[in-house]
Amino acid sequence: MNASLAHENPGASPDAPVYELTNVSKTYARNAVVALENVDLTLRHGSFTSVIGSSGCGKSTLLKIMAGLIPPTKGRVILQDKPVTGPRRDIGMMFQQATLFPWKTAVENIVLPIEIRDGKAAAKLAREKAYDLLDIVGLKGFENVYPNELSGGMAQRASICRMLITEPAVLLLDEPFSALDELSRDMMNMELQRICREQDATAFLVTHSIQEAVILSDEIVVMKPRPGRIAEIVHVDLPRPRTLDMMTTPRFGEIVDHIRGMLDKGENM
Amino acid sequence: MTDAPTNQRLETGAADDTVWVQEVAFIDSVPRWIAMTFVFVVFIGTWDLVTRMGLVSPIILPTPWETFGDMIFVGNNLLSGDYMLVALWITVKEVIYGFALAIAIGFSLGVLVGETAFGEKAVMPYLVAIDTMPKVAFAPLFVAWLGFGIESKVALAAFIATFPIVVGTAAGLHSADENARMLFKTMGASRMQTLIKMKLPTGLPQIFTGLKIGAVGVMAGAITGEFLGGGKGFGELIRVAASQLNTPRVFSLILYLSLVGLVLYLIVQWTQRKVVFWQKESVGAHDN
Repeated sequence: MNASLAHENPGASPDAPVYELTNVSKTYARNAVVALENVDLTLRHGSFTSVIGSSGCGKSTLLKIMAGLIPPTKGRVILQDKPVTGPRRDIGMMFQQATLFPWKTAVENIVLPIEIRDGKAAAKLAREKAYDLLDIVGLKGFENVYPNELSGGMAQRASICRMLITEPAVLLLDEPFSALDELSRDMMNMELQRICREQDATAFLVTHSIQEAVILSDEIVVMKPRPGRIAEIVHVDLPRPRTLDMMTTPRFGEIVDHIRGMLDKGENM
Repeated sequence: MTDAPTNQRLETGAADDTVWVQEVAFIDSVPRWIAMTFVFVVFIGTWDLVTRMGLVSPIILPTPWETFGDMIFVGNNLLSGDYMLVALWITVKEVIYGFALAIAIGFSLGVLVGETAFGEKAVMPYLVAIDTMPKVAFAPLFVAWLGFGIESKVALAAFIATFPIVVGTAAGLHSADENARMLFKTMGASRMQTLIKMKLPTGLPQIFTGLKIGAVGVMAGAITGEFLGGGKGFGELIRVAASQLNTPRVFSLILYLSLVGLVLYLIVQWTQRKVVFWQKESVGAHDN
């Protein structure tokens, strides 16, 4: 493989690690399946990391462990110097579906995490911040609109706000835009990049799209199935901010080809 | 230009525009009220024809005009607050108490079954077993236990209406999707918070479906109870009229009774529209 592709890290600031996974494994006792084997991963402050791999490579298991939804069988999972032993306020999560609740207005949906953790009064106080977030994602004027009246892309923008309202240290993104059409998806990816930069966020994205991973990420974790493990961590040296035009550059193509090659190899194992 | 529609099109649109009219079958374009009136007239006409030709004995099927005449009589009796209104009020009370009881029990059991593994494993099988029984057959038991008064009718009405509400509530609680559950977990929500802030509101459409089915059942339960357990309700009036072979009276009483059921159903539907305001499409088929 091309050495300059793998272990170069230009541009990305060598900031402090936010999330550290050491030797993490997960075995599902029920059918003795090794979903994850010896995963080592470090997310640095302000970085964007993607994980990509065929189905069964353990990426959703990895995400669930990182979200504190399931415990690992082995290994250390440390976020901001504290072990992750359950869901936490400093973990923000976003799913394939916007999952906005239709009986709540946009702003009520956004302050829901505050309502759950701190009660209704705190949620009311958080509204101001929710308005600011809606402004950031370009949904100003939609504060009191019910989700029924939002398009798919708008709903995902609102769910970005809901994720950001608790000011999480890490954003876990589970194929957030894969339910959108390709045009909206490209646009939302660029929006996501802008928001992450503005918020100085540390992001971790699970995706099926190599292009999406490359255009967004500083590092791409390529995973292999059976047992789920990291095959390689690819550093993306495209300059920031990224633009959709970069998808036609030779460098972009090289990185995409390289990752595709890795994934094809994984298929034959 | 040979046919009229083509001429009209050319008159209204500019000559270059490709404006054309989509054909709609005549039967689909009839306004709702005309269509409804048409069906009503055909129904009454057939009824009239059958009785006029003497195809069935007048004791079995009265003419529509006899029935309408009797409806006016019963209507007058009800409006003047006579014995029929007293009987109707008894039945209405049975229906209201029965429905309230069914909602309380049905909802509680529904939450137990839908929310807890214990309820689903240990309680649901028994509920299913009881639900498959013909519940009307329990009427004599309720009469034996609770007497000939209003209580036995309330019990039977509630008994019949409880099960759809249990099923609706349990199904409603199960209807929250995986993403919503996961979202609430990541927000650190307690079980109670998840139930009240997410599962119950998500399940409201199914819960209301259960309530609507229950509303129909509660009426049937109250009347069956009156048929089998006496009392002074509307069911008793029907039973007496039938035993006197007063068929027009039976018909008109049933029609007034169906109004009570309809009102109850409409109240539930109206409440659903107010409470589940986000569910706009499927509350009523005729909603546009």
